[in-house]
Amino acid sequence: MASENQELKWIGTSPVRPDGTDKVTGRAKFGADLMLPGMLTGKILRSPHAHAKIKSIDTSKAEALPGVKAVVSAADIAEMPSEWVPAGELQLNYRDLASNIMARGKALYDGHAVAAVAATSAAIADAALDLIAVDYEVLPHVIDVEEAMAPDAPVLHEDMFTEGVTPTPDKPSNIFKEIDIGIGDVETGFAAADLIVERSFKTAPVHQGYIEPHAAVASFAEDGQAELWCSTQGHFTARAYCAKLLGMDVSDLRVTASEIGGGFGGKTTVYVEPVALLLSRKAGRPVRVVMTRDEVFRASGPTSGAANWVKIGVTNDGKIVAGEAVLKYQAGAFPGSPVQPGCMCAFAPYDIENVKVKGYDVVTNRPKVAAYRAPGAPIAEHAVESVLDEVAKKLGMDPIELRQKNAAREGTNAAYGPKFGPIGYAETLAAAKAHPHYSAPLGPNQGRGVASGFWFNVGGDSCATMNVSEDGTLVLATGSPDIGGSRASMAIMAAETLGIDVADVRPIVADTASLGYTFLTGGSRVTFATGMAVIEASKQIAEELRQRAAKIWDISVDAVVWEDGYAKPAGANAGDFEPLSIGDIAAQAGKTGGPISANAALNAQGAGPGFGTHICDVEVDPETGRVTVLRYTAIQDCGKAIHKAYVEGQIQGGAAQGIGWALNEEYIYDEKGRLDNPGFLDYRIPVASDLPMIEAVIVEVANPTHPYGVRGVGEVPIIPPMATVANAIEGAIGVRMTELPMSPPKVLAALDNGR
Amino acid sequence: MAKIHVTTTINGEPTEFLCEPQQTLLDVLRDELRLTGSKEGCGTGDCGACSVTFDGRLICSCLALGAEAEGHEIETIEGMAEGENLHPLQQKFLEHAALQCGVCTPGILIAAKALLEKNPDPSESEVRYWLAGNLCRCTGYDKIIRAVLECAADMRGA
Repeated sequence: MASENQELKWIGTSPVRPDGTDKVTGRAKFGADLMLPGMLTGKILRSPHAHAKIKSIDTSKAEALPGVKAVVSAADIAEMPSEWVPAGELQLNYRDLASNIMARGKALYDGHAVAAVAATSAAIADAALDLIAVDYEVLPHVIDVEEAMAPDAPVLHEDMFTEGVTPTPDKPSNIFKEIDIGIGDVETGFAAADLIVERSFKTAPVHQGYIEPHAAVASFAEDGQAELWCSTQGHFTARAYCAKLLGMDVSDLRVTASEIGGGFGGKTTVYVEPVALLLSRKAGRPVRVVMTRDEVFRASGPTSGAANWVKIGVTNDGKIVAGEAVLKYQAGAFPGSPVQPGCMCAFAPYDIENVKVKGYDVVTNRPKVAAYRAPGAPIAEHAVESVLDEVAKKLGMDPIELRQKNAAREGTNAAYGPKFGPIGYAETLAAAKAHPHYSAPLGPNQGRGVASGFWFNVGGDSCATMNVSEDGTLVLATGSPDIGGSRASMAIMAAETLGIDVADVRPIVADTASLGYTFLTGGSRVTFATGMAVIEASKQIAEELRQRAAKIWDISVDAVVWEDGYAKPAGANAGDFEPLSIGDIAAQAGKTGGPISANAALNAQGAGPGFGTHICDVEVDPETGRVTVLRYTAIQDCGKAIHKAYVEGQIQGGAAQGIGWALNEEYIYDEKGRLDNPGFLDYRIPVASDLPMIEAVIVEVANPTHPYGVRGVGEVPIIPPMATVANAIEGAIGVRMTELPMSPPKVLAALDNGR
Repeated sequence: MAKIHVTTTINGEPTEFLCEPQQTLLDVLRDELRLTGSKEGCGTGDCGACSVTFDGRLICSCLALGAEAEGHEIETIEGMAEGENLHPLQQKFLEHAALQCGVCTPGILIAAKALLEKNPDPSESEVRYWLAGNLCRCTGYDKIIRAVLECAADMRGA
């Protein structure tokens, strides 16, 4: 069996992905691509108001329209008690989830679902929505996070009394929770500082921006069992949420994950899935619900916008003696912003004795936020990495050198709790400093920025089933939706462990009835955690193959080794028999004990934290304020790259999303609290002509808990870009930008003020 | 409302369908003809996931009506490979890992093919501007641009 000490045959290569041909030919079936006989079209009526009491909903005219087969509203979902469950890196509350699926009593944001219909055609469904009469009483609304925290702000939830403060307030507010983390004593720390820099920052809510809108097809049978097909990052978690909302036994709901057209965290919860199920149950026919892009922007995602303040104290030799931050994240209409991980990540890359971070989780009249790639971290680290850049400039120190002097290393006590094991932050900094990009010349109006990022990476529940076919090829089933090439990395790890050809492993994503519970694709966990299940199943197969070979040869199993894809006689029997391939053994499986099959079910612990350091060159047009990214290099410790090209792809894609967050993307509301830019024309994600090539540099400091050293890749690369770009702009124009996005009007204003 | 009878050619095949007047070409391809390789990412012509060619010209099929296909030739992703042979762009996308989730891929391939038919030797900037109407949220475009450039070079050499 291969081990990390042996030469690796497949790991680190880039074979063509097993699902590739389906995806370049249009064959791959995504959420909206399934059609069932008798299927109805479901559509959702949404609130046009940011905040309104729902006095009544009259669906009688819609129900009477020929072709309408079902109408549902909050009345069709049982009221839930408040109960928090894990959802990706975040927590989800069933009571709030139910109210987000269908507004109960109040509509809390523009786009909040109020009712839904299923009809025999899209045109009839649209007509039916127009016939639903909702009597609203419009209430004052609040969009901005700091305005929502003001004592006289309109209150979204009358039963929300801030948690985390003693005594609990006697008045409801929009502050769901206060969070405090830290170590040491910042007062003492700042007292020892030679230089203190503090700044306030604002970040805009940004959408995950997956190109495939949410889509689900549900089919309920008369006996109460149902099937659900949906675009999701986790079909097991989608099953859990939907079964809860519909009052079903979990095993009565079979969920199949379609191919998923991007998620980035935004498909870790449910929106249209329970609605399709409710409509199907009522109509007795299959129902498909697909969001429009307008609905995606108004009613799903995004991540928080925030108002942050950071203060850092250093000695003249560049040692950080204290770091303090206040982070105010808006959660959207229901509590649960990623402020907790934001607080934990803020200073995590650094070895600082005195750290204090205060976080606020604040509700506003916007869509409930969803996880977005390293949820919470980019928002907090943008502020810290911007202030560090300013500190470096004031000290006259190279910004990488400042980070090197303070970088967390193995044994560093992180401010959020743990002591780091082997980590690769220092290695990414060294690689950045040595990269030719860092010393390349710059032209007029150009600047260079550098910044870093930290993310925990997570493990969790995963299963893998491996069946050896009669010809010795393998089917490998996991429960992790393949969002960016994970089938390929699973096949690579199986082939490496068994010593066989990667083309002989056929990886599939199994539905919820065909495999044990597997937590969702998120937290950069799949290659790590599901990978560990795959390796475990592969080892079981290898062990079984040894036993079968021993039977065939009629020798002790101890005298058989599995090596380079063959069972070989060893010890005293060495050379006595011709080695047997997996195909040779599979052909005789019936005679040696039956089919060869393995199942691994585990909870993967010991995810290895990830660090990245990015370098960016920009040119600022002094006439228009437009920022052009000229060159971008993203360096990251991945532990071990399993499929090299898809690891690079994760880094490049995360960097591109971060550049969009830095320069273009934001939710814009009108005075009535309605989203003004719910489309890709006005919410502008980076297009091909906006970006240069993005050079991904992989650093490998092995995570000792994974057999091949995997840490996880997907999330870290979105963290550094906002500060990297801001620091580059500062280098170009000499002005510190503190508000995202750094769009032309803001840069122009900064230029005018700075002049 | 009476449906419209349309006679057209799709991927070289003579095709007839019935559609409602308001149905887009994309709706017809997906819902009536079950050619679901063309994707709806926005429905407003901003994302390019529904890209097809209409008499050889690149369009967003969400911005055309099904009825407009009458008498014209439509090419979709389903017609890009020839039998068992992938188009060189499809092959190059696989080799370069120029797709992650894959939902924008059909539109990008159709758009890239239209580019190379018009301009067999595009510069990086020309590829980037030509594909600026095809959004990809996963890749940062790097591997897509490289795949198109390398494919163009191969096809010129062939």
